[in-house]
Amino acid sequence: MENYIIAMGVSAGIYALMALGMNIIWGMAGLINLGLVGFFAVGAYTSALLTVKFGLPIVVGVMAGGAAAALVGVIVSLVTVRMRGDYLAIVTLGFAETIRVFATNEIWLTNGSDGISGIPGPFRGALTPVEFNSLYLAIMVVVVAVAYVLVERLSYSPFGRVLRAIRDDEQVAAVAGKQVLLYKVQAFALGSVALGVAGALYGHYTSYIAPDIFVPLLTLYIKLALLAGGVGNSKGAVLGAFVVVFFLECTRFIVPLIPAITPVQGAALRELIVSVSLLVILRFRSGGLIPEARSHLVVPAALPAPTRS
Amino acid sequence: MSLLEVRGVTRSFYGVHALNGVDLDVEPGKITGLIGPNGAGKTTLFNCISGLVPADGGSIRFDGTDITRLRPDQVTRSGLVKTFQIARGFPRLTVLENLLLYAPDQPGEHVGAALLRSRAAVAREREIMAKAVEIAAMLNLSHVLANKASDLSGGQKKLLEIGRALMSEPKLILLDEPAAGVNPTLVREIGEKLREIVARGVTLLLIEHQMDMIARLCDHVIVLAEGRRLLEGSFEEVAGNHEVQQAYMGRRA
Repeated sequence: MENYIIAMGVSAGIYALMALGMNIIWGMAGLINLGLVGFFAVGAYTSALLTVKFGLPIVVGVMAGGAAAALVGVIVSLVTVRMRGDYLAIVTLGFAETIRVFATNEIWLTNGSDGISGIPGPFRGALTPVEFNSLYLAIMVVVVAVAYVLVERLSYSPFGRVLRAIRDDEQVAAVAGKQVLLYKVQAFALGSVALGVAGALYGHYTSYIAPDIFVPLLTLYIKLALLAGGVGNSKGAVLGAFVVVFFLECTRFIVPLIPAITPVQGAALRELIVSVSLLVILRFRSGGLIPEARSHLVVPAALPAPTRS
Repeated sequence: MSLLEVRGVTRSFYGVHALNGVDLDVEPGKITGLIGPNGAGKTTLFNCISGLVPADGGSIRFDGTDITRLRPDQVTRSGLVKTFQIARGFPRLTVLENLLLYAPDQPGEHVGAALLRSRAAVAREREIMAKAVEIAAMLNLSHVLANKASDLSGGQKKLLEIGRALMSEPKLILLDEPAAGVNPTLVREIGEKLREIVARGVTLLLIEHQMDMIARLCDHVIVLAEGRRLLEGSFEEVAGNHEVQQAYMGRRA
Protein backbone atom coordinates (compact mmCIF):
# COMPACT_ATOMS: atom_id res chain seq x y z
CA MET A 1 0.00 0.00 0.00
CA GLU A 2 2.75 2.48 0.86
CA ASN A 3 4.35 1.68 -2.48
CA TYR A 4 1.09 2.59 -4.17
CA ILE A 5 0.90 5.88 -2.28
CA ILE A 6 4.50 6.70 -3.21
CA ALA A 7 3.74 5.91 -6.85
CA MET A 8 0.75 8.26 -6.70
CA GLY A 9 3.06 10.91 -5.27
CA VAL A 10 5.30 10.54 -8.31
CA SER A 11 2.25 10.84 -10.60
CA ALA A 12 1.12 13.94 -8.78
CA GLY A 13 4.64 15.38 -9.16
CA ILE A 14 4.52 14.84 -12.93
CA TYR A 15 1.07 16.43 -13.08
CA ALA A 16 2.33 19.33 -10.96
CA LEU A 17 5.26 19.93 -13.30
CA MET A 18 2.89 19.98 -16.27
CA ALA A 19 0.50 22.29 -14.45
CA LEU A 20 3.39 24.70 -13.76
CA GLY A 21 4.25 24.70 -17.47
CA MET A 22 0.61 25.27 -18.34
CA ASN A 23 0.58 28.10 -15.82
CA ILE A 24 3.12 30.03 -17.89
CA ILE A 25 1.41 29.45 -21.24
CA TRP A 26 -2.22 29.72 -20.20
CA GLY A 27 -2.17 31.16 -16.68
CA MET A 28 0.18 34.06 -17.32
CA ALA A 29 0.14 34.69 -21.08
CA GLY A 30 -3.47 33.58 -21.59
CA LEU A 31 -2.60 31.40 -24.59
CA ILE A 32 -4.90 28.43 -24.92
CA ASN A 33 -2.93 25.25 -25.47
CA LEU A 34 -4.94 22.04 -25.72
CA GLY A 35 -1.89 20.23 -27.02
CA LEU A 36 -0.03 19.84 -23.74
CA VAL A 37 0.19 16.12 -24.15
CA GLY A 38 1.98 16.59 -27.48
CA PHE A 39 4.85 18.44 -25.79
CA PHE A 40 4.82 15.86 -23.01
CA ALA A 41 5.16 13.13 -25.67
CA VAL A 42 7.99 14.93 -27.46
CA GLY A 43 9.92 15.11 -24.18
CA ALA A 44 9.18 11.48 -23.34
CA TYR A 45 10.20 10.11 -26.76
CA THR A 46 13.31 12.29 -27.02
CA SER A 47 14.66 11.17 -23.68
CA ALA A 48 13.64 7.53 -24.17
CA LEU A 49 15.29 7.29 -27.60
CA LEU A 50 18.48 9.02 -26.50
CA THR A 51 18.91 6.81 -23.44
CA VAL A 52 17.74 3.50 -24.98
CA LYS A 53 19.18 3.73 -28.50
CA PHE A 54 22.26 5.84 -27.82
CA GLY A 55 22.89 4.91 -24.21
CA LEU A 56 23.17 8.51 -23.07
CA PRO A 57 22.85 9.26 -19.35
CA ILE A 58 19.33 9.85 -18.03
CA VAL A 59 20.12 13.44 -17.00
CA VAL A 60 21.19 14.27 -20.56
CA GLY A 61 18.04 12.62 -21.91
CA VAL A 62 15.77 14.59 -19.61
CA MET A 63 17.45 17.88 -20.50
CA ALA A 64 17.26 17.05 -24.20
CA GLY A 65 13.58 16.19 -23.72
CA GLY A 66 12.95 19.65 -22.26
CA ALA A 67 14.95 21.30 -25.04
CA ALA A 68 13.17 19.34 -27.80
CA ALA A 69 9.77 20.27 -26.36
CA ALA A 70 10.85 23.93 -26.19
CA LEU A 71 11.91 23.84 -29.83
CA VAL A 72 8.58 22.32 -30.83
CA GLY A 73 6.90 24.97 -28.67
CA VAL A 74 8.65 27.72 -30.62
CA ILE A 75 7.54 26.18 -33.92
CA VAL A 76 3.92 25.68 -32.80
CA SER A 77 3.71 29.23 -31.43
CA LEU A 78 5.10 30.71 -34.65
CA VAL A 79 2.64 28.70 -36.75
CA THR A 80 -0.30 29.74 -34.59
CA VAL A 81 0.77 33.32 -33.99
CA ARG A 82 -2.23 34.87 -35.75
CA MET A 83 -4.73 32.66 -33.99
CA ARG A 84 -6.56 33.27 -30.79
CA GLY A 85 -9.14 31.63 -28.60
CA ASP A 86 -11.03 28.73 -30.14
CA TYR A 87 -8.81 28.55 -33.22
CA LEU A 88 -5.67 28.23 -31.17
CA ALA A 89 -7.41 25.56 -29.08
CA ILE A 90 -8.31 23.47 -32.15
CA VAL A 91 -4.89 23.77 -33.77
CA THR A 92 -2.99 22.84 -30.62
CA LEU A 93 -5.35 19.92 -30.05
CA GLY A 94 -4.62 18.81 -33.62
CA PHE A 95 -0.90 19.22 -33.02
CA ALA A 96 -0.96 16.80 -30.08
CA GLU A 97 -2.93 14.27 -32.13
CA THR A 98 -0.41 14.65 -34.96
CA ILE A 99 2.42 13.78 -32.59
CA ARG A 100 0.51 10.71 -31.45
CA VAL A 101 -0.24 9.56 -35.01
CA PHE A 102 3.39 10.17 -35.94
CA ALA A 103 4.56 8.08 -33.00
CA THR A 104 2.18 5.28 -34.03
CA ASN A 105 3.25 5.18 -37.67
CA GLU A 106 6.94 6.05 -37.81
CA ILE A 107 7.90 2.63 -36.58
CA TRP A 108 11.58 2.96 -37.60
CA LEU A 109 11.97 5.69 -35.00
CA THR A 110 9.37 5.13 -32.32
CA ASN A 111 8.67 1.40 -32.60
CA GLY A 112 5.05 2.27 -33.42
CA SER A 113 2.20 1.17 -31.22
CA ASP A 114 4.41 -1.40 -29.48
CA GLY A 115 6.08 1.56 -27.80
CA ILE A 116 9.53 1.76 -26.30
CA SER A 117 10.26 -0.47 -23.36
CA GLY A 118 13.26 -0.87 -21.12
CA ILE A 119 13.74 2.85 -20.63
CA PRO A 120 16.36 3.14 -17.89
CA GLY A 121 15.48 4.55 -14.47
CA PRO A 122 18.03 5.81 -11.96
CA PHE A 123 19.50 2.79 -10.08
CA ARG A 124 16.48 0.69 -11.04
CA GLY A 125 18.49 -2.56 -11.07
CA ALA A 126 20.11 -1.97 -7.69
CA LEU A 127 17.01 -1.04 -5.73
CA THR A 128 13.85 -2.77 -4.55
CA PRO A 129 10.63 -1.39 -6.10
CA VAL A 130 9.79 0.51 -2.91
CA GLU A 131 13.28 2.02 -2.75
CA PHE A 132 13.16 2.94 -6.42
CA ASN A 133 9.78 4.63 -6.05
CA SER A 134 10.98 6.50 -2.98
CA LEU A 135 14.09 7.72 -4.79
CA TYR A 136 11.99 8.80 -7.74
CA LEU A 137 9.58 10.62 -5.47
CA ALA A 138 12.53 12.49 -3.95
CA ILE A 139 13.72 13.42 -7.45
CA MET A 140 10.22 14.63 -8.36
CA VAL A 141 10.01 16.73 -5.21
CA VAL A 142 13.31 18.44 -6.08
CA VAL A 143 12.35 18.98 -9.73
CA VAL A 144 8.90 20.37 -8.87
CA ALA A 145 10.43 22.61 -6.18
CA VAL A 146 12.97 24.02 -8.64
CA ALA A 147 10.29 24.52 -11.30
CA TYR A 148 8.04 26.18 -8.73
CA VAL A 149 10.74 28.66 -7.70
CA LEU A 150 11.54 29.50 -11.33
CA VAL A 151 7.88 30.00 -12.29
CA GLU A 152 7.37 32.19 -9.21
CA ARG A 153 10.41 34.24 -10.22
CA LEU A 154 8.90 34.76 -13.66
CA SER A 155 5.53 35.59 -12.19
CA TYR A 156 6.91 38.28 -9.88
CA SER A 157 9.08 39.91 -12.54
CA PRO A 158 8.64 42.57 -15.19
CA PHE A 159 8.60 39.68 -17.70
CA GLY A 160 5.57 38.16 -15.98
CA ARG A 161 3.91 41.56 -15.97
CA VAL A 162 4.28 41.77 -19.76
CA LEU A 163 2.75 38.29 -20.15
CA ARG A 164 -0.24 39.22 -18.00
CA ALA A 165 -0.64 42.44 -19.99
CA ILE A 166 -0.74 40.43 -23.22
CA ARG A 167 -3.35 38.16 -21.64
CA ASP A 168 -5.57 41.21 -21.00
CA ASP A 169 -5.09 43.13 -24.27
CA GLU A 170 -2.51 42.31 -26.90
CA GLN A 171 -2.96 45.52 -28.84
CA VAL A 172 -2.52 47.78 -25.84
CA ALA A 173 0.53 45.74 -24.80
CA ALA A 174 2.05 46.45 -28.22
CA VAL A 175 1.34 50.16 -27.81
CA ALA A 176 2.99 49.89 -24.38
CA GLY A 177 6.18 49.11 -26.30
CA LYS A 178 6.26 45.32 -25.96
CA GLN A 179 7.06 43.05 -28.88
CA VAL A 180 4.06 40.80 -28.36
CA LEU A 181 5.13 37.98 -30.72
CA LEU A 182 8.46 37.56 -28.96
CA TYR A 183 6.76 37.22 -25.58
CA LYS A 184 4.20 34.74 -26.82
CA VAL A 185 6.94 32.56 -28.31
CA GLN A 186 8.96 32.75 -25.11
CA ALA A 187 5.95 31.85 -22.98
CA PHE A 188 5.22 28.84 -25.18
CA ALA A 189 8.85 27.73 -25.13
CA LEU A 190 9.29 28.10 -21.36
CA GLY A 191 6.05 26.28 -20.60
CA SER A 192 7.03 23.55 -23.06
CA VAL A 193 10.32 22.95 -21.24
CA ALA A 194 8.35 21.98 -18.13
CA LEU A 195 6.02 19.78 -20.21
CA GLY A 196 8.93 18.09 -22.00
CA VAL A 197 10.85 17.43 -18.77
CA ALA A 198 7.65 16.02 -17.24
CA GLY A 199 7.29 13.65 -20.21
CA ALA A 200 10.92 12.53 -20.00
CA LEU A 201 10.63 11.90 -16.26
CA TYR A 202 7.44 9.92 -16.85
CA GLY A 203 9.23 7.61 -19.30
CA HIS A 204 12.17 6.99 -16.99
CA TYR A 205 9.79 6.25 -14.17
CA THR A 206 7.49 3.76 -15.83
CA SER A 207 10.25 2.39 -18.16
CA TYR A 208 7.70 2.14 -20.97
CA ILE A 209 6.04 4.63 -23.29
CA ALA A 210 3.63 4.06 -26.19
CA PRO A 211 1.44 6.35 -28.30
CA ASP A 212 -1.78 5.39 -26.51
CA ILE A 213 -0.48 6.98 -23.28
CA PHE A 214 -0.48 10.42 -24.89
CA VAL A 215 -4.22 10.92 -25.27
CA PRO A 216 -6.03 14.29 -25.06
CA LEU A 217 -7.58 13.27 -21.72
CA LEU A 218 -4.23 13.92 -20.03
CA THR A 219 -4.28 17.51 -21.33
CA LEU A 220 -7.74 17.93 -19.85
CA TYR A 221 -6.64 16.58 -16.48
CA ILE A 222 -3.85 19.16 -16.35
CA LYS A 223 -6.18 21.94 -17.39
CA LEU A 224 -8.55 20.74 -14.70
CA ALA A 225 -5.73 20.74 -12.15
CA LEU A 226 -4.89 24.33 -12.96
CA LEU A 227 -8.54 25.41 -12.93
CA ALA A 228 -9.18 23.74 -9.59
CA GLY A 229 -5.93 24.97 -8.07
CA GLY A 230 -6.03 28.51 -9.40
CA VAL A 231 -5.14 29.78 -12.87
CA GLY A 232 -2.15 32.11 -12.69
CA ASN A 233 -0.98 30.88 -9.32
CA SER A 234 1.99 28.50 -8.98
CA LYS A 235 0.93 27.23 -5.57
CA GLY A 236 -2.49 26.60 -7.03
CA ALA A 237 -1.00 24.68 -9.94
CA VAL A 238 0.85 22.30 -7.62
CA LEU A 239 -2.08 21.93 -5.24
CA GLY A 240 -4.49 21.40 -8.13
CA ALA A 241 -2.32 18.61 -9.52
CA PHE A 242 -2.41 16.82 -6.17
CA VAL A 243 -6.17 17.33 -5.87
CA VAL A 244 -6.79 15.86 -9.32
CA VAL A 245 -4.58 12.81 -8.73
CA PHE A 246 -6.17 12.36 -5.31
CA PHE A 247 -9.69 12.38 -6.76
CA LEU A 248 -8.77 10.14 -9.69
CA GLU A 249 -7.24 7.60 -7.33
CA CYS A 250 -9.68 7.84 -4.44
CA THR A 251 -12.60 7.11 -6.69
CA ARG A 252 -10.85 3.89 -7.69
CA PHE A 253 -11.49 2.63 -4.15
CA ILE A 254 -14.82 4.27 -3.46
CA VAL A 255 -16.67 3.27 -6.60
CA PRO A 256 -16.42 -0.53 -6.09
CA LEU A 257 -18.06 -0.08 -2.68
CA ILE A 258 -21.24 1.20 -4.32
CA PRO A 259 -23.55 -1.78 -4.69
CA ALA A 260 -25.25 -2.90 -7.90
CA ILE A 261 -23.20 -1.14 -10.56
CA THR A 262 -21.16 -2.78 -13.28
CA PRO A 263 -17.44 -2.01 -13.65
CA VAL A 264 -18.18 -0.01 -16.83
CA GLN A 265 -20.69 2.12 -14.97
CA GLY A 266 -18.14 2.44 -12.20
CA ALA A 267 -15.52 3.83 -14.59
CA ALA A 268 -18.01 6.37 -15.88
CA LEU A 269 -18.95 7.24 -12.33
CA ARG A 270 -15.32 8.05 -11.54
CA GLU A 271 -15.20 10.62 -14.33
CA LEU A 272 -18.50 11.98 -13.09
CA ILE A 273 -17.21 12.40 -9.54
CA VAL A 274 -14.14 14.25 -10.83
CA SER A 275 -16.24 16.63 -12.96
CA VAL A 276 -18.77 17.27 -10.22
CA SER A 277 -15.95 18.09 -7.80
CA LEU A 278 -14.53 20.61 -10.27
CA LEU A 279 -17.94 22.21 -10.72
CA VAL A 280 -18.37 22.48 -6.96
CA ILE A 281 -14.93 24.07 -6.56
CA LEU A 282 -15.54 26.56 -9.36
CA ARG A 283 -19.05 27.35 -8.10
CA PHE A 284 -17.77 28.44 -4.71
CA ARG A 285 -14.26 29.55 -5.62
CA SER A 286 -14.26 30.80 -9.19
CA GLY A 287 -10.58 31.67 -8.99
CA GLY A 288 -9.66 28.14 -7.87
CA LEU A 289 -8.54 26.91 -4.45
CA ILE A 290 -5.70 29.46 -4.36
CA PRO A 291 -6.67 32.33 -6.68
CA GLU A 292 -4.16 34.46 -8.52
CA ALA A 293 -2.55 37.19 -6.42
CA ARG A 294 -4.15 40.64 -6.72
CA SER A 295 -0.86 42.23 -7.56
CA HIS A 296 2.63 41.01 -8.43
CA LEU A 297 5.03 43.60 -7.09
CA VAL A 298 8.63 43.06 -8.14
CA VAL A 299 10.03 45.19 -5.34
CA PRO A 300 8.07 45.96 -2.18
CA ALA A 301 6.14 49.21 -2.17
CA ALA A 302 4.20 51.04 0.51
CA LEU A 303 0.87 51.64 -1.18
CA PRO A 304 -2.45 52.68 0.28
CA ALA A 305 -4.81 49.73 0.64
CA PRO A 306 -7.07 49.30 -2.37
CA THR A 307 -10.20 51.37 -1.96
CA ARG A 308 -13.68 50.12 -2.64
CA SER A 309 -15.21 52.27 -5.32
CA MET B 1 10.91 71.68 -38.20
CA SER B 2 7.78 69.80 -37.33
CA LEU B 3 7.90 66.91 -34.91
CA LEU B 4 5.44 64.79 -36.87
CA GLU B 5 5.04 64.93 -40.63
CA VAL B 6 2.24 62.98 -42.26
CA ARG B 7 2.28 62.97 -46.05
CA GLY B 8 -0.35 61.49 -48.35
CA VAL B 9 -1.37 58.71 -45.99
CA THR B 10 -4.07 56.44 -47.42
CA ARG B 11 -5.91 53.52 -45.93
CA SER B 12 -8.95 51.59 -47.10
CA PHE B 13 -11.02 48.95 -45.37
CA TYR B 14 -12.63 46.56 -47.86
CA GLY B 15 -12.94 49.26 -50.50
CA VAL B 16 -14.06 52.01 -48.15
CA HIS B 17 -11.51 54.82 -48.22
CA ALA B 18 -11.01 55.82 -44.60
CA LEU B 19 -8.00 57.98 -45.39
CA ASN B 20 -7.60 59.63 -48.82
CA GLY B 21 -4.12 61.09 -48.61
CA VAL B 22 -3.84 62.93 -45.33
CA ASP B 23 -1.15 65.58 -44.92
CA LEU B 24 -0.50 67.16 -41.58
CA ASP B 25 2.24 68.57 -39.40
CA VAL B 26 2.52 68.74 -35.65
CA GLU B 27 4.76 71.45 -34.24
CA PRO B 28 6.78 70.61 -31.11
CA GLY B 29 5.85 72.02 -27.72
CA LYS B 30 2.23 72.74 -28.62
CA ILE B 31 -1.21 71.25 -28.31
CA THR B 32 -2.65 70.53 -31.73
CA GLY B 33 -6.31 69.62 -32.03
CA LEU B 34 -7.61 67.18 -34.62
CA ILE B 35 -11.32 67.61 -35.20
CA GLY B 36 -13.82 66.47 -37.75
CA PRO B 37 -17.22 64.80 -38.02
CA ASN B 38 -17.73 61.15 -37.15
CA GLY B 39 -16.21 58.92 -39.79
CA ALA B 40 -13.72 61.56 -40.92
CA GLY B 41 -10.86 59.12 -40.28
CA LYS B 42 -9.39 60.61 -37.13
CA THR B 43 -9.01 57.38 -35.19
CA THR B 44 -7.84 55.51 -38.29
CA LEU B 45 -5.16 58.14 -38.77
CA PHE B 46 -4.04 57.66 -35.15
CA ASN B 47 -3.92 53.91 -35.69
CA CYS B 48 -1.82 54.35 -38.84
CA ILE B 49 0.63 56.69 -37.12
CA SER B 50 1.01 54.41 -34.10
CA GLY B 51 1.53 51.31 -36.27
CA LEU B 52 -1.59 49.42 -35.18
CA VAL B 53 -3.09 49.63 -38.67
CA PRO B 54 -0.48 49.81 -41.44
CA ALA B 55 -1.00 52.65 -43.91
CA ASP B 56 -1.62 51.57 -47.53
CA GLY B 57 0.41 54.47 -48.86
CA GLY B 58 2.10 57.72 -47.93
CA SER B 59 4.77 58.41 -45.37
CA ILE B 60 4.96 59.30 -41.70
CA ARG B 61 8.07 60.91 -40.25
CA PHE B 62 8.54 61.44 -36.55
CA ASP B 63 11.40 63.41 -35.06
CA GLY B 64 13.40 63.12 -38.26
CA THR B 65 12.98 59.37 -38.86
CA ASP B 66 10.59 57.44 -41.05
CA ILE B 67 8.18 55.43 -38.90
CA THR B 68 5.71 54.47 -41.63
CA ARG B 69 6.38 50.73 -41.50
CA LEU B 70 7.28 50.29 -37.85
CA ARG B 71 5.42 47.97 -35.46
CA PRO B 72 3.43 49.64 -32.64
CA ASP B 73 6.04 48.71 -30.03
CA GLN B 74 8.80 50.28 -32.13
CA VAL B 75 6.77 53.46 -32.63
CA THR B 76 6.21 53.73 -28.89
CA ARG B 77 9.88 53.16 -28.15
CA SER B 78 10.76 55.93 -30.61
CA GLY B 79 8.88 58.36 -28.34
CA LEU B 80 5.40 58.52 -29.87
CA VAL B 81 2.60 56.92 -27.87
CA LYS B 82 -1.16 56.85 -28.39
CA THR B 83 -4.00 56.51 -25.94
CA PHE B 84 -7.21 54.65 -26.63
CA GLN B 85 -10.60 56.23 -27.15
CA ILE B 86 -12.63 53.83 -25.03
CA ALA B 87 -10.35 53.52 -22.02
CA ARG B 88 -8.83 50.14 -22.75
CA GLY B 89 -5.99 48.58 -20.92
CA PHE B 90 -5.25 45.81 -18.51
CA PRO B 91 -8.26 45.29 -16.23
CA ARG B 92 -6.61 42.48 -14.25
CA LEU B 93 -3.43 44.44 -13.53
CA THR B 94 -3.36 46.99 -10.74
CA VAL B 95 -3.15 50.69 -11.52
CA LEU B 96 0.50 50.65 -10.46
CA GLU B 97 1.25 47.69 -12.73
CA ASN B 98 -0.55 49.42 -15.60
CA LEU B 99 1.81 52.36 -15.17
CA LEU B 100 4.98 50.29 -14.66
CA LEU B 101 4.29 48.29 -17.81
CA TYR B 102 4.68 51.35 -20.02
CA ALA B 103 8.11 52.24 -18.68
CA PRO B 104 10.85 51.67 -21.26
CA ASP B 105 14.21 49.94 -20.78
CA GLN B 106 13.31 47.50 -18.02
CA PRO B 107 15.94 44.74 -18.31
CA GLY B 108 13.72 42.52 -16.16
CA GLU B 109 11.46 42.06 -19.17
CA HIS B 110 14.06 39.62 -20.53
CA VAL B 111 13.67 36.04 -19.38
CA GLY B 112 17.24 35.67 -18.17
CA ALA B 113 17.20 38.79 -16.02
CA ALA B 114 13.74 37.84 -14.74
CA LEU B 115 14.84 34.35 -13.66
CA LEU B 116 18.04 35.61 -12.06
CA ARG B 117 16.33 38.69 -10.61
CA SER B 118 19.26 40.73 -11.84
CA ARG B 119 20.43 43.74 -9.91
CA ALA B 120 19.89 46.00 -12.93
CA ALA B 121 16.25 44.86 -13.17
CA VAL B 122 15.58 45.50 -9.49
CA ALA B 123 17.26 48.92 -9.63
CA ARG B 124 15.28 49.91 -12.71
CA GLU B 125 12.08 48.67 -11.05
CA ARG B 126 12.70 51.01 -8.09
CA GLU B 127 13.32 53.89 -10.48
CA ILE B 128 10.16 53.37 -12.51
CA MET B 129 8.16 52.75 -9.34
CA ALA B 130 9.15 56.20 -8.06
CA LYS B 131 8.17 57.68 -11.40
CA ALA B 132 4.82 55.87 -11.42
CA VAL B 133 4.05 57.13 -7.92
CA GLU B 134 4.87 60.68 -9.01
CA ILE B 135 2.72 60.49 -12.14
CA ALA B 136 -0.13 58.98 -10.14
CA ALA B 137 0.10 61.87 -7.69
CA MET B 138 -0.09 64.38 -10.51
CA LEU B 139 -3.21 62.67 -11.89
CA ASN B 140 -4.91 62.21 -8.48
CA LEU B 141 -4.62 58.45 -8.72
CA SER B 142 -2.40 57.89 -5.65
CA HIS B 143 -5.20 56.43 -3.54
CA VAL B 144 -6.11 53.81 -6.14
CA LEU B 145 -2.59 52.61 -7.08
CA ALA B 146 -3.24 49.19 -5.54
CA ASN B 147 -6.68 48.80 -7.13
CA LYS B 148 -7.31 46.66 -10.17
CA ALA B 149 -7.73 48.88 -13.21
CA SER B 150 -11.19 47.37 -13.71
CA ASP B 151 -12.30 48.88 -10.37
CA LEU B 152 -11.72 52.46 -11.52
CA SER B 153 -14.46 54.92 -12.45
CA GLY B 154 -14.76 56.07 -16.06
CA GLY B 155 -12.94 59.31 -15.32
CA GLN B 156 -10.13 57.59 -13.43
CA LYS B 157 -9.66 55.22 -16.38
CA LYS B 158 -9.21 58.25 -18.64
CA LEU B 159 -6.59 59.66 -16.26
CA LEU B 160 -4.83 56.29 -16.09
CA GLU B 161 -4.75 56.23 -19.89
CA ILE B 162 -2.86 59.55 -19.82
CA GLY B 163 -0.61 58.35 -16.98
CA ARG B 164 0.36 55.20 -18.87
CA ALA B 165 1.28 57.25 -21.92
CA LEU B 166 3.45 59.52 -19.76
CA MET B 167 5.31 56.53 -18.31
CA SER B 168 6.69 55.70 -21.76
CA GLU B 169 8.74 58.93 -21.65
CA PRO B 170 7.21 60.24 -24.87
CA LYS B 171 7.99 63.28 -26.98
CA LEU B 172 4.53 63.19 -28.55
CA ILE B 173 1.27 61.77 -27.22
CA LEU B 174 -1.68 61.12 -29.51
CA LEU B 175 -4.74 61.48 -27.30
CA ASP B 176 -7.92 59.92 -28.65
CA GLU B 177 -10.83 61.76 -26.99
CA PRO B 178 -9.32 62.16 -23.52
CA ALA B 179 -12.50 63.82 -22.24
CA ALA B 180 -15.23 61.70 -23.86
CA GLY B 181 -17.94 60.57 -21.47
CA VAL B 182 -16.46 62.46 -18.54
CA ASN B 183 -18.29 64.95 -16.29
CA PRO B 184 -17.68 68.68 -16.91
CA THR B 185 -15.60 69.20 -13.75
CA LEU B 186 -13.26 66.40 -14.72
CA VAL B 187 -13.09 67.66 -18.32
CA ARG B 188 -11.72 70.91 -16.91
CA GLU B 189 -9.32 69.02 -14.67
CA ILE B 190 -8.07 66.84 -17.54
CA GLY B 191 -7.53 70.02 -19.56
CA GLU B 192 -5.35 71.46 -16.78
CA LYS B 193 -3.34 68.24 -16.57
CA LEU B 194 -2.74 68.36 -20.31
CA ARG B 195 -1.37 71.89 -20.01
CA GLU B 196 0.91 70.72 -17.23
CA ILE B 197 2.16 67.90 -19.43
CA VAL B 198 2.94 70.29 -22.28
CA ALA B 199 4.79 72.52 -19.81
CA ARG B 200 7.05 69.53 -19.12
CA GLY B 201 8.06 69.52 -22.78
CA VAL B 202 5.72 66.90 -24.21
CA THR B 203 3.85 67.66 -27.43
CA LEU B 204 0.19 66.69 -27.76
CA LEU B 205 -2.05 65.89 -30.70
CA LEU B 206 -5.59 65.39 -29.57
CA ILE B 207 -8.82 64.21 -31.08
CA GLU B 208 -11.79 65.73 -29.27
CA HIS B 209 -15.43 66.42 -29.92
CA GLN B 210 -15.91 68.86 -27.04
CA MET B 211 -15.31 72.16 -28.82
CA ASP B 212 -14.94 74.18 -25.64
CA MET B 213 -12.00 71.99 -24.69
CA ILE B 214 -10.44 72.43 -28.14
CA ALA B 215 -11.00 76.19 -27.92
CA ARG B 216 -9.44 76.39 -24.48
CA LEU B 217 -6.43 74.17 -25.04
CA CYS B 218 -5.34 74.02 -28.65
CA ASP B 219 -2.76 76.31 -30.17
CA HIS B 220 -3.58 74.97 -33.59
CA VAL B 221 -6.52 73.05 -35.00
CA ILE B 222 -6.62 70.69 -37.97
CA VAL B 223 -9.95 69.68 -39.48
CA LEU B 224 -10.29 66.27 -41.09
CA ALA B 225 -13.28 65.38 -43.28
CA GLU B 226 -13.87 62.39 -45.54
CA GLY B 227 -10.34 61.12 -45.05
CA ARG B 228 -8.62 64.38 -46.01
CA ARG B 229 -7.35 67.48 -44.30
CA LEU B 230 -9.99 70.10 -44.94
CA LEU B 231 -8.43 73.09 -43.26
CA GLU B 232 -6.18 74.21 -40.43
CA GLY B 233 -5.62 77.30 -38.35
CA SER B 234 -6.50 78.78 -34.99
CA PHE B 235 -9.76 77.62 -33.41
CA GLU B 236 -11.49 80.91 -34.30
CA GLU B 237 -10.46 80.66 -37.94
CA VAL B 238 -11.58 77.08 -38.18
CA ALA B 239 -14.86 77.53 -36.32
CA GLY B 240 -15.84 80.48 -38.49
CA ASN B 241 -15.19 78.62 -41.72
CA HIS B 242 -18.21 77.84 -43.87
CA GLU B 243 -16.81 74.55 -45.23
CA VAL B 244 -16.13 73.26 -41.75
CA GLN B 245 -19.67 74.08 -40.69
CA GLN B 246 -20.97 72.24 -43.74
CA ALA B 247 -18.79 69.21 -43.01
CA TYR B 248 -20.24 69.00 -39.51
CA MET B 249 -23.83 70.05 -40.16
CA GLY B 250 -24.37 68.98 -43.75
CA ARG B 251 -25.23 71.12 -46.76
CA ARG B 252 -28.45 73.10 -47.19
CA ALA B 253 -30.51 71.46 -49.87
